[in-house]
Amino acid sequence: MSARLVLWVLCSVCTWCHAESINVGSKRFTESYILGEILTQTARRAGEGTVAHQQGLGNTGIVFSALKSGAVDLYPDYTGTVAFELLRLKDAPTVEALKRLLAPYGIGAAIPLGFSNTYALAVSEARGKALDLARISQLARQPELKIGLSQEFMNRRDGWPALKSAYGLPHEPRGLDHGIAYEALAAGQIDAMDVYSTDAKIVRYGVRVLDDDKRFFPPYDAVVLYRLDFPGRYPKTWAALQSLENRIDTPAMARMNAAAELDGRPFSKVAADFLDGASAARPRGDAAAERSSFLSVLFGPDLGRVTLQHLALVLASLVPAIAVGIPLGVWAHRSRRTAPFIMAFVALLQTIPALALLAFLITLMGRIGPVPAVVALFLYALLPIVRNTATGLADIPAPLGESALALGLPARTRLRTIELPLASRSILAGIKTSAVIGVGTATIAAFIGAGGFGERIVSGLAVNDTAMLLAGAVPAAVLAFAVQWGFDALERRLVPAGLRLDGARAE
Amino acid sequence: MVKLDNVSKRYGARVALHPVDLEIPSGETTALIGPSGCGKSTLLRMIVGLVRPDTGVVRIGAEVLTADNVERLRHGIGYVIQDGGLFPHLSCAQNVVLLARHLGLPKAQIDARLQALSALVHIPADALDRYPQQLSGGQRQRVGLMRALMLDPKLLLLDEPLGALDPVTRFELQTELKAIFEQLSKTVVIVTHDMGEAGFFAEDIVMMREGRIVQRGSIADLLERPAEPYVSQFMRAQRVPGAPEPA
Repeated sequence: MSARLVLWVLCSVCTWCHAESINVGSKRFTESYILGEILTQTARRAGEGTVAHQQGLGNTGIVFSALKSGAVDLYPDYTGTVAFELLRLKDAPTVEALKRLLAPYGIGAAIPLGFSNTYALAVSEARGKALDLARISQLARQPELKIGLSQEFMNRRDGWPALKSAYGLPHEPRGLDHGIAYEALAAGQIDAMDVYSTDAKIVRYGVRVLDDDKRFFPPYDAVVLYRLDFPGRYPKTWAALQSLENRIDTPAMARMNAAAELDGRPFSKVAADFLDGASAARPRGDAAAERSSFLSVLFGPDLGRVTLQHLALVLASLVPAIAVGIPLGVWAHRSRRTAPFIMAFVALLQTIPALALLAFLITLMGRIGPVPAVVALFLYALLPIVRNTATGLADIPAPLGESALALGLPARTRLRTIELPLASRSILAGIKTSAVIGVGTATIAAFIGAGGFGERIVSGLAVNDTAMLLAGAVPAAVLAFAVQWGFDALERRLVPAGLRLDGARAE
Repeated sequence: MVKLDNVSKRYGARVALHPVDLEIPSGETTALIGPSGCGKSTLLRMIVGLVRPDTGVVRIGAEVLTADNVERLRHGIGYVIQDGGLFPHLSCAQNVVLLARHLGLPKAQIDARLQALSALVHIPADALDRYPQQLSGGQRQRVGLMRALMLDPKLLLLDEPLGALDPVTRFELQTELKAIFEQLSKTVVIVTHDMGEAGFFAEDIVMMREGRIVQRGSIADLLERPAEPYVSQFMRAQRVPGAPEPA
């Protein structure tokens, strides 16, 4: 069983590393998933090569390093995000300017898709119709309107204070949680609120987004970031992608977000419907049926694959961690001078935040997927094994250690026949800790497209689908229990009988 | 057999052993005696190389004990500590043959030796298949002795070997041990804090106090010609018959 698993890991790792295919990336939220699918399916229809969608890659930093390293060839992003988060600019430049600034990285920006995902002000459809509101500037003449704003927008310098002076707005807005603002707007408790221009709820609540006629909000125009060598390598695919330019307007994007997020339609279907020209907005009636129940997601067709992937991630990181951790623990025990350095080093590894470690490893290794994930899990697994090996050896009663010495056994034989068996209980406990933690930590591997139960958790988080999220979290927890139980059973076989006798007596 | 020249040991500021000279005669039993912390164990552990002297040298036979030859010289020394020092994860038989196996001795020879030793120390064969925790303290001590005697060493070192036993078992084992020592005619050094035990085993008693040897001689010498008042005090504290009452 385990041998076959290891083989499977190796094969998968090889395919993951060497697949000569077009890789489309996307970030970890609904709109990015959908756009990623649209790009993927468009590229696939061009028929120039196999196309893989590395979906839901952590955050902007991770996808961008994946693009720089060539692990992905293209992904959708926003001009504002690229300018502010990646290039640290003060203003959002045009797509052309962005292209020049990205060129040194070997990356280009092109194909504006036709919409902008930025802050906007919206009014309820009823109020908008009654007052004939279409533009933000019109609000200046309606001082009696009650405006409710999210705390973030109200307080950031480039938010409300700047907007107020730019448009000369007389209102005194009240802070409101974004989640309930839509309800408040529908109930008429407020008349206007801040929204993201492609928010799914715009469709559900039928709000009217006002035109930013003074171009106050920085443009977060959706564009495609791509490796500069891509158009040359796949000219037909590139031409097909270029045909997407200006094809998606803001309401269309909002409708697609709503179809995925509120109606629970799979991203691939939403994207396919768009490319086939079907309307993304579906009759409400069958929408509920599309969202699957927890059990059907839990036992979905991907259960076997994600379970094996999850096990493989844990196993592929745990085995080398044991192979490296035990000798490190022995070394730490033997050498009083290096011990503090070894312990500090493995403890330090444990404190690095997972996403930071993953981003660093992607840059270092120039790839995403299971390889950096396994390396990260390996590094996290070291501490319990090293520490428990060292303490297990240190806890051997002095008379026993001296008896072994006095017999005249060489160091290597003492270690193998006496010290490691005597420390076996502690060492095994360390390995168990690492394995259980590994099962939990492996869920983050999905952030960099390495699969496992985390894939469901990440998708569930992205579309706010609790059933999907639980379908990932529950089996991960069950697996952690199973691993714990498995190690308890293993302990009965691995710890020498004479030592277990000792324990039984102590109880 | 064993010769210690000017050996001393200190742990930080605490002096465990002042410079000491000691020669252990071949084929006889010598007892090191004294109160806790007097340096008797330190001295014994120096002989087997568990403690490295700060000054002086240890000679085993003709060789000076060094880091290079200590492993080989230990093969010629049997070392027994309180409660046997048996490895709990190995059966008693595995404990006894561990070193012989490591050295690659023929199986037939190992088996024959195992049988001879179990007859010598009166351990039944089925007890040898059990783990140390499953035996009584006295049996563990016998197995510990078997392990020490496995390679038929010339020198046998015993550090409070009977310290953990109840008086009856202790009495039995003392008698048996003495018979075994006489039968094997080995050089034996035994550390004890019990004067009766020291006198029972050894003609030659080395009395120590605070890291120094205060007197060496037979039990009669210690009783009748104490080198300093402390010797008499120690004898009295042990309620050795014939020890002088305080004036």
